[in-house]
Amino acid sequence: MALIDLANPSRFLKFANGAIPWLAGVTVLVFAFALEQAMIAPDDYQQGATVKIMYLHVPSAWLGMLCWGLMSVAALGTLVWRHPLADVTAKAAAPIGAAFTLLCLVTGSLWGRPEWGTYWVWDARLTSELVLFLLYLAVIALWNTVEDPSRAARAVAVLTLVGAIDLPIIKFSVDWWNTLHQGASVFRVGGSTIYPTILLPLFIMAGAFTLLFITLVLAAMRNEILRRRVRTLQLMQASAAN
Amino acid sequence: METTAHIDFIAAAYAAAVIVVGVLIAWVTLDYRAQGRRIAELELQGFTRRSDTTSARPTSPAKEAAREQTAEQSAEQA
Amino acid sequence: MTPLTALLVRDMRIAMRVGGSALMGVLFFLVVVTLIPFAIGPDLALLKRIGPAILWLAALLASLLALDRLFAGDHDDGSLDLILMGRAPLELVVATKGLAHWLTTGLPLVICAPLIGLLLNLDLPEDGALMLTLFVGTPALTFIGLVGAAIAVTLRRGGLLLAVIVLPLTVPILIFGVAAANAAVTGPTAFGTPFTILCALTLASLVVGPFAAAAALRQEME
Repeated sequence: MALIDLANPSRFLKFANGAIPWLAGVTVLVFAFALEQAMIAPDDYQQGATVKIMYLHVPSAWLGMLCWGLMSVAALGTLVWRHPLADVTAKAAAPIGAAFTLLCLVTGSLWGRPEWGTYWVWDARLTSELVLFLLYLAVIALWNTVEDPSRAARAVAVLTLVGAIDLPIIKFSVDWWNTLHQGASVFRVGGSTIYPTILLPLFIMAGAFTLLFITLVLAAMRNEILRRRVRTLQLMQASAAN
Repeated sequence: METTAHIDFIAAAYAAAVIVVGVLIAWVTLDYRAQGRRIAELELQGFTRRSDTTSARPTSPAKEAAREQTAEQSAEQA
Repeated sequence: MTPLTALLVRDMRIAMRVGGSALMGVLFFLVVVTLIPFAIGPDLALLKRIGPAILWLAALLASLLALDRLFAGDHDDGSLDLILMGRAPLELVVATKGLAHWLTTGLPLVICAPLIGLLLNLDLPEDGALMLTLFVGTPALTFIGLVGAAIAVTLRRGGLLLAVIVLPLTVPILIFGVAAANAAVTGPTAFGTPFTILCALTLASLVVGPFAAAAALRQEME
C-alpha cells in the first residue's frame, strides 16, 4: 500500500485497525527483551546502579526530539501540500511528545539527586529539554484554544515550524549561558567513553521506546479521525434540527 | 549489584515511566471507546456520513439537504 | 440546583471548554519562573534565596491573566444583565464567580507550585510551606482582583487598566506571603507571625472584595 493511499481517512482507519494490535504486540516483546538486557547490564564504575535510569532518560529525550521532528514534517504537510492526514498527525503527536519530554525531565531530575545532590540544576541539556517541554505545552494550548480543527492546524503548523527553527538556537544559547556561569554546581562525569555492554541495551531500549511511540501516535491519530467524524455528525444533527 | 545505594531513585524513575506510559495508553484506549460510542449514538439517530449511505435510510428532504451541506464541509476538513 | 451552584458550574465549564482560560495560568506561571534563571544565572544558592519571591510574583501575575474576562465576557453576551436582575444577592453572585475563577486559575497554580519550586532548588519541606502560603494567599489575589474586574467591565482596553488598578492593592498580600515563605526557607523569623497576618488579610479580602465589586457593578450597569 503506497503512502498516498493512506491519505484517505477511511483507508487510513482500516490500515490503523489492522496495524495497531500487531504493533502493540511487537512493542511488548521488544520492551521485555530491552528491560531484561538493561537489568543484566553492568553498573557504571563511577555512578553505580543509577546508570539504570539512563535507559529511560536517553530514549525519552530522543523521542521528545523525534516527535517535534515528526510534527515539523506534518506542519510542512499541512502548509505546503495540504495533506489530509498531516494535521491529524500533528495533533495526535503533540501530547505524546510532551509526555515523553516530561518523562525525560522527571528521570533526569531523579538521576540528578544522587549525582548532584539536588533535584534540579540548570544544566544546559536539562534546561533545553525544559524549554522544549514549554513549547510542547504552548502547542497543546494553541490546539485547545481554536475551535475549528483546520484553522487550528494552520496556526499550530506555523508555531511548530518556528519552534523547529528556534530550537537549535535555544540549545546554542543555553549552552553559551551555561558556560558563561561557571559557578553552577554542575559536575558531569562525562568524557569517558560508554562501553558497548551499556550501549547495546540502550539502543534496544531506544528501539522499544520508538515502537511504543509509533503505536501510540497511530492510535491517537485513529482517535482524532473518529473525533472529527463525531464533529461532522454533530454539525449534521445541529443543522437538521434547525 | 552490590552498590544499590540509590535503589529508591531508580525505582522512582521506573515508576514514573510506568505512570507516564500507563496514562498515555489509558488516554488512547478510553478516547477510542468514547469516540466509538458517540459515533454509534449519532448513527442510531440516523446521522451517517454520506460515503457510508449504502444502506439507504428513510430521511426527510430537509435532512438530506443538511447532509449535503455538512458532507461538503467534512470533505474540506478531512 | 440553587442559582449559585448553577453559576459556579457554568463558570467552571466556560473556563475549561475550548478556548477557556483554565490551566493557561499555570503555563504562564511555569514560563515566567523558567525565564528568571536565564536572566540572573543558574546559581543555586541565589535561586534558593529569592525562590519564594519569584514564585509569588509569578503567581500574582498569573492570577491576573483571565481576570479581565471575568465580568467582561458576561457583559458582552448580555448574561450579566440577567444575573443583575436575578433574585440571588449580587454580593454572593460575585463571590461565586470569584470562587470559580480561583478554582480554575488559583488552585492549579497552588498544586503545581511545589514542582516548580524544585526548579529553584527548594527542598520538600520548604516547598510545602511555600505551597501553604500560596494556598492561603491566592484567594485574596482573586478577590481583590474581582474589584478591578468589576470596575473595568464596561471599559474598552480594560485589561491593562485592571492590572494598574489591582497590582498596587495586592502589595500587602505579596509582603506577608513572601515573608512567610522566606521564614520557612531561610529563617530567622518565625513562620507563624507573617502567616497569621496573611490569613487575616485573606479573610478580610474575602469579605470586602465581593461587596466592593458588587457596588461597582451596580454603579456601572445603571
